Amino acid sequence: MNKKTPLYEKHVSLEATIQPFAGYLMPIKYGAIKKEHMAVRESVGAFDLTHMGEFRVTGTDATAFLDKLLTNDAAVKNGKAYYSTMCYPDGGIVDDLIVYRIGDQEYLMVVNAANLDKDWAWVQSHLQGFDIKVVNESDDTALVAIQGPRAQEVCVKLTDSDLDSIGYYEHTTGKFAGVDALIARTGYTGEDGFEIYMKYPDAVTVWDSVMEAGKEFGIIPVGLGARDTLRLEVGYPLYGNDIDHSTTPIEAKLGWVVKLKTDKPFIAREVLEQQKAEKPGRYLAGMEVTGRGIPRHGTPLYSGDRKVGIVTSGTIAPALGKAVCLGYVERGFQKRGSELEAEVRGKRISVKVVKLPFYTQGSRK
Amino acid sequence: MSSIPENVRYTETHEWVRKDGDRYLVGLTDHAQHEMGEIVMAELPEVGAEATKGDAMGGLEAVKTAEDFFSPLDGEVVAVNEELEANPSLINEEPFEGGWLFAVKASDDSQYDGLLTAEEYKIHIGE
Repeated sequence: MNKKTPLYEKHVSLEATIQPFAGYLMPIKYGAIKKEHMAVRESVGAFDLTHMGEFRVTGTDATAFLDKLLTNDAAVKNGKAYYSTMCYPDGGIVDDLIVYRIGDQEYLMVVNAANLDKDWAWVQSHLQGFDIKVVNESDDTALVAIQGPRAQEVCVKLTDSDLDSIGYYEHTTGKFAGVDALIARTGYTGEDGFEIYMKYPDAVTVWDSVMEAGKEFGIIPVGLGARDTLRLEVGYPLYGNDIDHSTTPIEAKLGWVVKLKTDKPFIAREVLEQQKAEKPGRYLAGMEVTGRGIPRHGTPLYSGDRKVGIVTSGTIAPALGKAVCLGYVERGFQKRGSELEAEVRGKRISVKVVKLPFYTQGSRK
Repeated sequence: MSSIPENVRYTETHEWVRKDGDRYLVGLTDHAQHEMGEIVMAELPEVGAEATKGDAMGGLEAVKTAEDFFSPLDGEVVAVNEELEANPSLINEEPFEGGWLFAVKASDDSQYDGLLTAEEYKIHIGE
């Protein structure tokens, strides 16, 4: 039985294409994916992301606990957030997540919906020895994202909090559309924007207020389809496609969230340290398609007759008007300008490794 | 509900076929274009290529999916819709008109009569 978010009836009345995703009936698109994508690039769009999982960590050892569990450094200031991977002892990725530091002894972990049960079990299995409490708030926390260059103009109408004082990857708690919310300048689109966390019963109020406040900017609801093309256009990895247990953050070019400069002994530290020093056999690379076709998850990559990699995500990039993909390639081939071939429907098409992000005009601050 | 005109025949793989003089126009059904979503690229066969009933003749790329399309008849490809190069969304907008894919000169016209009627296709897609 799939769960419904508190905004499910909204999606139905908007005639969204609704599909089960990670145990929730989620809107994939409301009309055309490209139109939703371009609304976020050019103005503003609203997303229901209630399927995401939220774990609240509190207690005197909250920082120490996260420093053990996650590869990035939890010692950020209150009101800041950080992106991190969470790894198995072998360096494979359990999940990637955002952590908001609410207070000296309080954090909110936001995890991928598809990994919720696995993550919860992983967190539970590491509690011993820490003076903390972890609460799974996923079933009563709703998330509405407002993303795009005009997102702030929409949100400023709905809160007394000073949005100018909230930088990228910062947040505050306050009233939003009259309800209690966590207001964060975070997102997964490459654009400026906010993610608003609230309790389930308040979600409809927030959604309706956002749509009303955004009317003058042409706000439209955006489904998970465009969420995927938006993130891919800026080269953000997606768990389950581009990263998983079989890949490490070093291979995935997420070394920047593996904090080896501190002396904190997090899970997989030695393995990742060694891999970084010795260099992994493959890297995640971004490729532009110069031939005709769209490589997709699982498409093989060749250099001449030799298979040298595999595509993990691919799409048409609506804001660029060409196809792009991410994929793992043997070390050496990840260098910018590397020319490879993807086998699409039995035919070879040319792809070229480029610098990420593919789309560089984003309004992200 | 999809548009299922009665003046064309259908395949189980969601092509439509319309007699057009001494050739047959082939396209993607309204039902199929709707299922695929916005088509962003059409890989068409070469004019002069041999067409074999049931064989993949090319592919369509939508934002989220890719699908091959198949020849409904034996024969030869005698034309392709070059408009689709610049404007593949014609397949979404006018699946039975401006969005046609290719034309085939059939080697056995009786194959056309064996294709699904609108009524049969409607049942096939469960509408």
